[in-house]
Amino acid sequence: MIVSILTVLFLLSGTAFMVIATVGLIRLPDLYTRMHAITKAGTLGIILVTVSLAVHFADLSVATRAVALVVFVLLTAPVSAHMIGRAGYLGEVALWSGTLFDQWDVSFGELRRETVETEANARRRAAPATGGDGRTEPVEEAPTDPPAGG
Amino acid sequence: MVSLEGPLLWGALLTLFLLSASILAALVRVLRGPSLADRVVALDLVAYLAMGFLMTYAILVGESTYIDAALVLGLLAFLGTVAVARYIERIRSGEGVVQ
Repeated sequence: MIVSILTVLFLLSGTAFMVIATVGLIRLPDLYTRMHAITKAGTLGIILVTVSLAVHFADLSVATRAVALVVFVLLTAPVSAHMIGRAGYLGEVALWSGTLFDQWDVSFGELRRETVETEANARRRAAPATGGDGRTEPVEEAPTDPPAGG
Repeated sequence: MVSLEGPLLWGALLTLFLLSASILAALVRVLRGPSLADRVVALDLVAYLAMGFLMTYAILVGESTYIDAALVLGLLAFLGTVAVARYIERIRSGEGVVQ
């Protein structure tokens, strides 16, 4: 009886968290907030449903697999969310218009500006070589950077 | 074969219904998502919901084998998300362009 009550309790609370994650996926305004919703609420929902499964079966092999699944989800959900968020940011998915603070704008803005300057230097260096009239240009020697983002 | 009774049966059925509705709602985001990354995030959530569905179905029919299927589904969802994230970054840096 207690086992049955605990199973229903864990099952319904996990379902509630998953439904909240889905509502967040539908309603939130941009990629990053949606990612935040499904990563946290979805992971907690999966964990609660798995605990409910382990409580219901009350079996050692099932409990072992349940623990393995919980550990697996806890390890992989942040990794995949980080990778997809990073890919979205580097792919210039727009932030929500109400965003107050973008910490990556500093570091990645500098990275983008450096890339643009390197390309401009490369064009400037390539342009006199195609002219080829023997004049010596007063070229400031730019450091030969490897192409960024390899 | 359903082997439950009482509140556990109704709880499992309610869970299955809510998870099915959530999968449909997440598929709306897959269709409407403005960028590729939005669609991938929505498909990630669909995989999580399907894992929850499988585990609830394991409770409903009293068959513990479905938890292995849920584990494999989680593994495939993770690999797919990582692969698409790498793909988006390679498009961004120009490597993914087929010559």
